Amino acid sequence: MERIVSNDAAGNGPKREQPVLEVRGLTKSFFGNPVLQDASLTLHPGEVHGVVGENGAGKSTLMKILAGVYQRDSGTVLLRGQSVQFSHPIQAHEAGLSTVFQEFNLLPDRTVAENIYLGREPRKGMLVSRAKMNAATADLLESLGIGFIRPTSLARSLSVAEQQIVEIAKAVSYDARIISMDEPTAALSGPEVSLLYGIVQRLAERGTGILYVSHRLREIFDLCQTITVLKDGRIVDTKPAAELDDGSLVRMMVGRPISAYFPDKLPAEPAAGSQTAEGPAATPGEATAPTPLLELDGAGNDQLDGIGLKLMPGEIVGVAGLQGSGRTELLHAVFGAAPFNRGSMQLDGLPARPHSPRQAVRHGIALITEDRKAQGLSLNQSLLDNALGVVRAVFPGRTSTVRREVAGSFSILEVVARDLDQEVQYLSGGNQQKIVLAKWLAVSPRVVLLDEPTRGIDVGAKVAVYRLMRQLAAEGKGVLMVSSELPEVIGMSDRILVMRDGQLAGELPAGATEEEILRLATGARVPGTAPEDGSTTGGTA
Amino acid sequence: MSTILDPAAGRAVLQQNRAGRGERFLRGLRTPGGGVFVLLVVLLVAIVIQNPSFGEPESFIRFIGRTAPIAIAAIGQYFVIVSGEFDLSMGSVVTMQVIVAGNLIGDDDSKVIPVLVLMFVLGAVIGLINGLVTTLLRVPSFIVTLGMMLALLGLVLFWTGGAAQGNPADSFRQIGRGGIEDVPVLEIIPYPVIILAAVAVLAFWLMRRPYGRTLLAVGDNDVAAALTGARVWWVRTRAFMLSSLAATVSGILLVGYAGVHPSVGRGYEFTAITAVVLGGVVLGGGRGWVLSAAAGAFALEALFTLLNFMGVASTWRNTVQGVIIIVAVAAAAQSWQRKRRGGSAAAHSEQQRITAAPEPAEGTDKGGN
Repeated sequence: MERIVSNDAAGNGPKREQPVLEVRGLTKSFFGNPVLQDASLTLHPGEVHGVVGENGAGKSTLMKILAGVYQRDSGTVLLRGQSVQFSHPIQAHEAGLSTVFQEFNLLPDRTVAENIYLGREPRKGMLVSRAKMNAATADLLESLGIGFIRPTSLARSLSVAEQQIVEIAKAVSYDARIISMDEPTAALSGPEVSLLYGIVQRLAERGTGILYVSHRLREIFDLCQTITVLKDGRIVDTKPAAELDDGSLVRMMVGRPISAYFPDKLPAEPAAGSQTAEGPAATPGEATAPTPLLELDGAGNDQLDGIGLKLMPGEIVGVAGLQGSGRTELLHAVFGAAPFNRGSMQLDGLPARPHSPRQAVRHGIALITEDRKAQGLSLNQSLLDNALGVVRAVFPGRTSTVRREVAGSFSILEVVARDLDQEVQYLSGGNQQKIVLAKWLAVSPRVVLLDEPTRGIDVGAKVAVYRLMRQLAAEGKGVLMVSSELPEVIGMSDRILVMRDGQLAGELPAGATEEEILRLATGARVPGTAPEDGSTTGGTA
Repeated sequence: MSTILDPAAGRAVLQQNRAGRGERFLRGLRTPGGGVFVLLVVLLVAIVIQNPSFGEPESFIRFIGRTAPIAIAAIGQYFVIVSGEFDLSMGSVVTMQVIVAGNLIGDDDSKVIPVLVLMFVLGAVIGLINGLVTTLLRVPSFIVTLGMMLALLGLVLFWTGGAAQGNPADSFRQIGRGGIEDVPVLEIIPYPVIILAAVAVLAFWLMRRPYGRTLLAVGDNDVAAALTGARVWWVRTRAFMLSSLAATVSGILLVGYAGVHPSVGRGYEFTAITAVVLGGVVLGGGRGWVLSAAAGAFALEALFTLLNFMGVASTWRNTVQGVIIIVAVAAAAQSWQRKRRGGSAAAHSEQQRITAAPEPAEGTDKGGN
């Protein structure tokens, strides 16, 4: 029960008042995996309290428990001194705790006013009074300094930023004493962000307590008086913002030992097979200059812009970045699931731009998706059927040949199962992931795109995945791996690309530190250099 | 290249890592798809107890012949259901084909072959339209095929005025009502039995082909299937075409049995869906065996026969069918959940490393693919 009482040293004033929200010892597990352990924080009226941490640190879980979306396993939540337990988001709203989530929940064909008062429309007799509703909405928007949004506009006609603001207005309309915001600026650009700043400050002046979750450290320092750092489901510390800077904050967010289970590189195999790869890629350095397996130049689509990268034979390139930075979108674009519509893409030195996964597979590209249950496996089908999925769909003529090799590749991947007829839904996450890998190995891809390849799998399976990546590289294939696990990116990659806002924020060499990556990914200021400059290559604060 | 093994060793391994035939058979019987065969046997025994003459070979083979059209329709419907869709237009396709045969063939034997070809083309085109509208325009198949059902039915009523039509040439009707005669024991093997056998073999073979397995994968998880390179729209569209073609075959057989009337084939879509569901095929796709769907049709027909022998009025037929479809879907959902809860624990206990060779496989020098 280490209760952290913040603001002791801050001297920011709010201490004199009773905290509007106190969280003590909050714990939550999913299927036995603790995602939040003994989390405590205190929020005062008028305080903007930043919550930061890496992906998966437990920030969203904390928000969702407060909002009544998830139920806590243990711990207490005090609202103005009173213990509360919400079993439904409505209860949280009614108690004065509103949450603005990352996803928008506006109904596109309703007006702004209808969205804000959905389910509690002002009435006149038995009927909804539009006049009252619109007037109340206009007042509300005016009070937030956003009178330019008309209550009668349809939600779909608003820009993304305006929709975000309407979401906040909706939260405010519940007479919220506390508003928690989960990445409110994720979809906003520069001028829109300053609009949001204005609203947040206005709310704070009114005495509303604000929990502000963001990956963008600049915002945290611009807006927050107090900062709580979460890591691996635990609170690292809560400190007044004035005592922190970018460097110390990033160190608090990482600061975990890099495990030593990353296998060493294998020597490159002489090109034994009949692969069309250009000669043996002796060293993965660019000096020998073989043709890149994959080359992008100025490539972009709706979510990506100006992507330029090269993937050489025998190379493992890690792609780091925060959630929503466009990492997954990059892989899906290369794989033709959401193709590039500008810029150039070359495979083996020849222009090629797959417009469907099928074409990508024919070009020798494989994509191991992030969400293996939703996108990677047919859960009701057997191990054998899953492993043959790609061959049957794209190269049916090779099925019988590959069929004979399936047990062999399962054996190498150390798949544990009853037999080949078992349905994959009964396998553990690690074994399921191995089945996904096996189905792609069956078609001998040249470019292997891995999206969070070790998410939710045990350490043993992780090592198997790492070994396979090394093996693929030694065979002269190119591996592009997206991962939120920075130790994994650092431990496995020959080069690291960092993404931010749909663009490549920079490239780091193999020995980069977590701090360097996070700094590029968050766009954190490095003292002495211009802020928001993505071309930073390293150096410590 | 250690991912590739010596093919001969691999084959041996594949056998070794699959359960024995007997065990797989018993395991299969416990699933809904295997259970329908048990149900069928029970029903047949019950019928024979009620009416021993049903057990005579010749009357039994006629039962199979009588059930063939609905079994073939169920096989066609299976392809669509297992891909995660519905085909409600089946009954109207049957009706339309019956009317087409009756009107275009007439008494002219020489027209039989060209009209047969035309009927198959029509069937394929209807399936193609159903499939393309469902997959490319993303209209739910329930709506697309319901619309197709009504449109075809309207067309048929317009054409016929709702009245019975003249029967086509006898040579055509023989397909449905004739057979190979003077067979020992059975006396006659009706053509529908032979056609059903051929369709069943074809369907069974198709479901073991890459197409069939991809169809199952699409029905199970179409997002994953698309991301493995499957052309989901074309896989599903072909399933709709198979369904309409199966309806065409049913229609051809029914002309022999029932004559040419706009009411022939009415309700066939629901009977076929009931049969498929009774066969343990999961609505929503991805699960179930094609032969179980055919067995479902036989179980349904056997049940009606039994009820008939027991003196239940045939007017109850729709009610029985309605109850069955609900009970079967509910039962499948239940057994599915039970399996999910209990199954994993049991399954875990007997899990083992899948091995390719006695010792951990090292890479072999067999490269290439």
